[in-house]
Amino acid sequence: MKKLLAAISHRSERFQTSVSYIIIIVLVICGVSIVHNLINVQNEAGRSNNKVPLDLDHVREILLSNSNEETRERDANCRLWDCVNLYKCGQKGHDRLTIYVYPLQEYVDEDSGKTVSILTREYYQILEAVVRSRYYTPNPNEACLFLPSIDVLNGNLVKPSAVEKALALQNYWDNGENHIIFNMIPRTDGYVLKTDRAIILGGGFDTWAYRNGFDLSLPIYSPTQQNIADLSAKSTHLPRRNLLIVVLPNIYPKYHNQIHTLFVDNPNEVLMLDKCVTHTKEFSIKNTMHCNSSRGKSVDYPRVFEKGTFCLYCHSVNSDESDLMEILAYNCIPVIAVDNSVLPFEDVLDWSLFSLKIREAEMHALVKKLSTVSHTKIFELQRQGRWVYHRYFKDLNAITLTALEILENRIFPHKARSVMDWNKPDDNYRSTFNPLFLPIISPKAQGFTAVILTYDRVESLFTLIQKLALVPSLQSILVIWNNQNKMPPHLSSFPTISKPLKVIQTRANKLSNRFYPYNEIETEAILTIDDDINMLTTDELDFGYEVWREFPDRIVGFPSRIHVWDNVSMHWRYESEWTNQISMVLTGAAFHHKFWSHMYTYAMPGNIKDWVDQHMNCEDIAMNFLVANITNKPPIKVTPRKKFKCPECTNTEMLSADLNHMRERSACIDRFASIYGRMPLRSVEFRADPVLFRDNFPEKLKRFNDVGNL
Amino acid sequence: MQAKKRYILVFVSCAFLAYCYFGGYRLKKSDGPHRNLQVVDSVTRARLLEKLPSYKLGDSVQMLQGIDKMNKAANKVNKIKEISLDDGNKERSCRMERCFDFTKCYGEFLVYVYPPEPLNSLGAAPPVSANYQKILSAIRESRYYTSQPERACLFVLAIDTLDRDSLSNDYVRNVPSRLARLTYWNNGRNHLIFNLYSGTWPDYAEDSLGFDPGEAILAKASMSVLHIRPNFDISIPLFHKQFPLRSGSSGLVQTNNFPANKKYLLAFKGKRYVHGIGSETRNSLFHLHNGRDIILVTTCRHGKSWRELQDGRCDEDNREYDKYDYETLLQNSTFCLVPRGRRLGSFRFLEALQAGCIPVLLSNSWVLPFESKIDWKEAVIWADERLLLQVPEVVRSISLERILALRQQTQVLWERYFGSIEKIVFTTFEIIRERLPDYPIRNTFIWNTSPGALLTLPTFADSSRYMPFLLDSMGVEPRHNYTAVIYVQIGSILGPNTALYKLIKTISKSQFVDRILVLWAADRPIPSKKRWPTTYHIPFHIITLSGLTIGKSLRSMKNDASEKFFNGTILTAQAPPHLQDFKHFKDETFDIFDERPSISQRFYPYPEIQTDAVLSLDEDSILNTDELDFAYTVWRDFPDRIVGYPARAHFWDDTKNAWGYTSKWTNYYSIVLTGAAFYHRYYNYLYTNWLSLLLLKTVQQSSNCEDILMNLLVSHVTRKPPIKVTQRKGYKDRETGHSPWNDPDHFIQRQSCLNTFAAVFGYMPLIRSNLRLDPVLYRDPVSNLRKKYRQIELVGS
Repeated sequence: MKKLLAAISHRSERFQTSVSYIIIIVLVICGVSIVHNLINVQNEAGRSNNKVPLDLDHVREILLSNSNEETRERDANCRLWDCVNLYKCGQKGHDRLTIYVYPLQEYVDEDSGKTVSILTREYYQILEAVVRSRYYTPNPNEACLFLPSIDVLNGNLVKPSAVEKALALQNYWDNGENHIIFNMIPRTDGYVLKTDRAIILGGGFDTWAYRNGFDLSLPIYSPTQQNIADLSAKSTHLPRRNLLIVVLPNIYPKYHNQIHTLFVDNPNEVLMLDKCVTHTKEFSIKNTMHCNSSRGKSVDYPRVFEKGTFCLYCHSVNSDESDLMEILAYNCIPVIAVDNSVLPFEDVLDWSLFSLKIREAEMHALVKKLSTVSHTKIFELQRQGRWVYHRYFKDLNAITLTALEILENRIFPHKARSVMDWNKPDDNYRSTFNPLFLPIISPKAQGFTAVILTYDRVESLFTLIQKLALVPSLQSILVIWNNQNKMPPHLSSFPTISKPLKVIQTRANKLSNRFYPYNEIETEAILTIDDDINMLTTDELDFGYEVWREFPDRIVGFPSRIHVWDNVSMHWRYESEWTNQISMVLTGAAFHHKFWSHMYTYAMPGNIKDWVDQHMNCEDIAMNFLVANITNKPPIKVTPRKKFKCPECTNTEMLSADLNHMRERSACIDRFASIYGRMPLRSVEFRADPVLFRDNFPEKLKRFNDVGNL
Repeated sequence: MQAKKRYILVFVSCAFLAYCYFGGYRLKKSDGPHRNLQVVDSVTRARLLEKLPSYKLGDSVQMLQGIDKMNKAANKVNKIKEISLDDGNKERSCRMERCFDFTKCYGEFLVYVYPPEPLNSLGAAPPVSANYQKILSAIRESRYYTSQPERACLFVLAIDTLDRDSLSNDYVRNVPSRLARLTYWNNGRNHLIFNLYSGTWPDYAEDSLGFDPGEAILAKASMSVLHIRPNFDISIPLFHKQFPLRSGSSGLVQTNNFPANKKYLLAFKGKRYVHGIGSETRNSLFHLHNGRDIILVTTCRHGKSWRELQDGRCDEDNREYDKYDYETLLQNSTFCLVPRGRRLGSFRFLEALQAGCIPVLLSNSWVLPFESKIDWKEAVIWADERLLLQVPEVVRSISLERILALRQQTQVLWERYFGSIEKIVFTTFEIIRERLPDYPIRNTFIWNTSPGALLTLPTFADSSRYMPFLLDSMGVEPRHNYTAVIYVQIGSILGPNTALYKLIKTISKSQFVDRILVLWAADRPIPSKKRWPTTYHIPFHIITLSGLTIGKSLRSMKNDASEKFFNGTILTAQAPPHLQDFKHFKDETFDIFDERPSISQRFYPYPEIQTDAVLSLDEDSILNTDELDFAYTVWRDFPDRIVGYPARAHFWDDTKNAWGYTSKWTNYYSIVLTGAAFYHRYYNYLYTNWLSLLLLKTVQQSSNCEDILMNLLVSHVTRKPPIKVTQRKGYKDRETGHSPWNDPDHFIQRQSCLNTFAAVFGYMPLIRSNLRLDPVLYRDPVSNLRKKYRQIELVGS
């Protein structure tokens, strides 16, 4: 600043001099502003650092005196619609959950001078997961939910009355409304923390205490989980020697006798572990030592779970055992024998897909029941268990994010994922969900819309229109005029037909225009047809539509093609030969559901759509890939092979059927297959014909008799 | 000099600026070591994390106690809990383990219905509403029913408990004393009580039933989450008085248009209550009504004294109300508002579901019907009564794809669980049944996809892998190869020229056959070993079904072929369980019953059938190997359907006002006879264990129609037509003596069967198809050498 003053005084001395001073002044002003800005930035950074509540250095200490009020009792009747203030959620129009996290604070009991709750590693990780998630907001006024930083993760580690006082002190507490409290381990003495109207995210719920649709059942995280390497790939191949593993200390003592009997009756199937007798301590601190009770040998716990196909999970609901997570981590199938427990994330996870449940009273029949489970089922349970564990339970981050997503689903139910979606492994590309799953045959009366893509072949277009108009099931015709340089012929010059006809001129000559879901298309079925395909008879088109009605989720059409793997070039090859199989139906003359046009336009993976538009080729292959990828079903070819295009040529079928064309098409298949990461096309050996096709039967009585003539 | 000074000044200023710019950051950074884990690198972070104590007891030494001690404490707590629960309202805390006697349910799941109550002193029959009557008949005519209370797992009252609104006409009085008279009441243990309405004006209290249901399971409409006992009570939908007993009207969605192009986005037409419980939501609906795409019209014109109670808006509301027709709104709206009424549920819910109008629920705390199994997120939109004004925004935000899926799912759920009283009752039973220890649990995929849980018997297999429905969503194909099952009814003398001999030879040449099973139901003895063709490596079994000849033929067989019979074995069918059922059934209701084994035995799920595909054949079927192989490859693409050769059709005969059956050549078909057809093994199980005993009895008595019944069953399950392959129609060897098929009565019988079946199903499940599937190059003008299925080319019709 001295320099600045100097400069100013200097300036006053030599007032009338040149421009360079001005430069200096400008520079100095800049300098000042930069310094100013920097300070500002620093301030802001400081402030936002304060906002991020996880700074262990700046933990404020707060004294709790006796005069502080405690929270009210947990409200057993709380449900989402009366204990959550929804007006706080989704304020900005986005249907997103927002969570405010209170800054870390240390509450000290005035009497004892002790901290009321110690911040544990796990709780810190949870807080961290929340703060890093997309749900976090530093602004309490924008928050939908509030997360106190008081650690009650393990109810046994805190002094309830003090914690309750501390909770009541939270700035936005307001009877606990919109607050969430992580309490993985409930108190073993049965004391229920007074949390008023707060939502409890906790472990060890039973169906009496659990407020359905309000509380959330969490797994009891085991700190050993983080040391369990990703066994997912390996463990599948590990032979699992024991049908059932039982770890006695984890089992509700009431059932020890029954388990003993089970073990004695089936010594080969059951591996029973108990505390080691030789071990001097009453119980090893880290639970690492368990002994095989028959041989007295110590085993590596919890790693031993990887040796069992099934592992028993059975203790009273409010115990702090986290063996369920360990069992899942080692991909052992949990056999859950806890009546009326609420399993972790039970709201959205279907536990029957990766665990077995038995009633506690049925414990004696356990081994018998397990031995009837088929290998396929075991395989499925293991696979699902592996997936679920890695998706939802792997670490505290996964657990926290899953919990928050469930909360978000509840608060914005119209955005909620379906249970199937939660439980469907996304690692199996072959598993499909057909978006047209309702088995209905749509009424014939609706008919189909013919969409003709044309450029300038007016004459053949008119012929086609005239022919199409005769098809009884045709509802209307839509001509897509893909030529920007030339106006389409005036409507009056079009052939007069009895069906509605519309012409749409496109803005750019793109092949994807053929698959645009125009509002003008009012029918389910679309017949895409090239302007030069006028060799199809009325009966054939009518029949094609009939077939589509029975297979509305597939492409149903006339010219078919096949893809084959070329072992020499190691590439896919496109073929139009007379083969016994088909895997594609060309959209030069094919029916499809309008839904697929929508998908083609808005949801095709990769840049396939743009690529096709740029290269002016393969839009039909792209459509076949799209449908096959979603449904896993092949298209349906209708009626015998026809000569398409160029009826005069006898040798080749298509004008463009030269080598180059085939090479390009093959390249398309290769390209699309790599974009999809697999080959979705499937080949089949059948085609659809009319029931009385080629029957020795009066032609007059056949509904579709003009079918299959070349 | 001046210039120099100036330059120095400029230079200094620049240096200062540079310092400010770069040095400032240094200043900022050198703030000392951070303990904010957000900022530090991962190694430091891990180290700092380590310093924090773990939340598990094991690590935090200060709290370390012996685990035994803990367990003891836990035990104590549990005891305390149990006691306190017992002390409090015991029934409120009912769970299956606490209030249900599982020992009654080992083995089978049977339901006992109390006999009708005795006439009262005035000689009048105790009142039972039509709906309750339907519930009772649905049970009595089902496979769940037993007339022996000692075999029953579940008890259903004969007292009508549906309407417990004491102001209602259907209200049954003195229920407590009537309950007390019941022999097996036992405070309601193992009883199931159906209820649609509880409570009355003004508070409509949910738990006021007018009697104490004790430990009985409630299957009740309009349940709230606060009152339902989790995993114990079952929420059922409210249905109106004309609701059909069996599948009456199907879903109303006929087309799957995308986008749906409905005239209205959101619609509601209904009563509103000016005040009192549940009136707020409906009273504020008019705010959202815009007369264009959101039509929400209400009326206060109901009840006797509406004029006295009306408020300022009533007249205006009534005018708008009269402009719209309820049915039209249902049909022409994408979403339908389903606000709560006095009670939480309303008729509207099922009506909207059936119409494919996606329900938008405004009924806070309502537990939706069968919520424990059905994932309603796939079929309805939940809104919150408090956020009523956001509803238009919410429904507008739903994507076209999701609307398509929601609409389809409404139809799936309607068809599979809600279309009739029978379905609602059976779904209730199945939910309870899944809680029993011996019954496998169906997963969410089975429950929420077509054909749904009622048609998926989990006892068949523990994985959906072995069933025909979920293969696509699991990403698997049906397992390979097929088992040929030949049903022999006539058993003419076997020789190299007979149809049966040729048939077996043809099958044994097929590349996909796994084994051959002959079901010998003829009265004649089984031909001796040397008369049968050799099947080489393909296992060959004969199972005798004809009770009379078993002994004889077996003895003769034993003489003939001492140990081994070809590659296979002869088995005597152990009386299949369904036969025992028959007998049991007979004792109870029917007298006319001959001892002849039923023709349905051709569909018995024999353990020898281990492939997913079953090729069902008659002894006189003629097919060539290519035809078998081709049909099999087609079946692999349609594992849920019947794929085969002989096609037949049904039609509605206006003159007779009945269904007709035809074997004439037509342009369409709806039946593929099981004389030469592939189908999934699961259908054998379903046929034997699921079909109504009435249907099986019809088949047994006529010794006919089993193939038609199988077609009805499969179409009922899939809602799709069967598939006919290639041209062949005549599939019977005409040489073979007196086939029952040549009997004209046979045909008439089939026609009457069709009508009986349709009546029992409650509708006609058969669906027509207009196409058949041929090999790709069938009859194409190319050399036969290029064709894969050459033999098919030679077959005429």
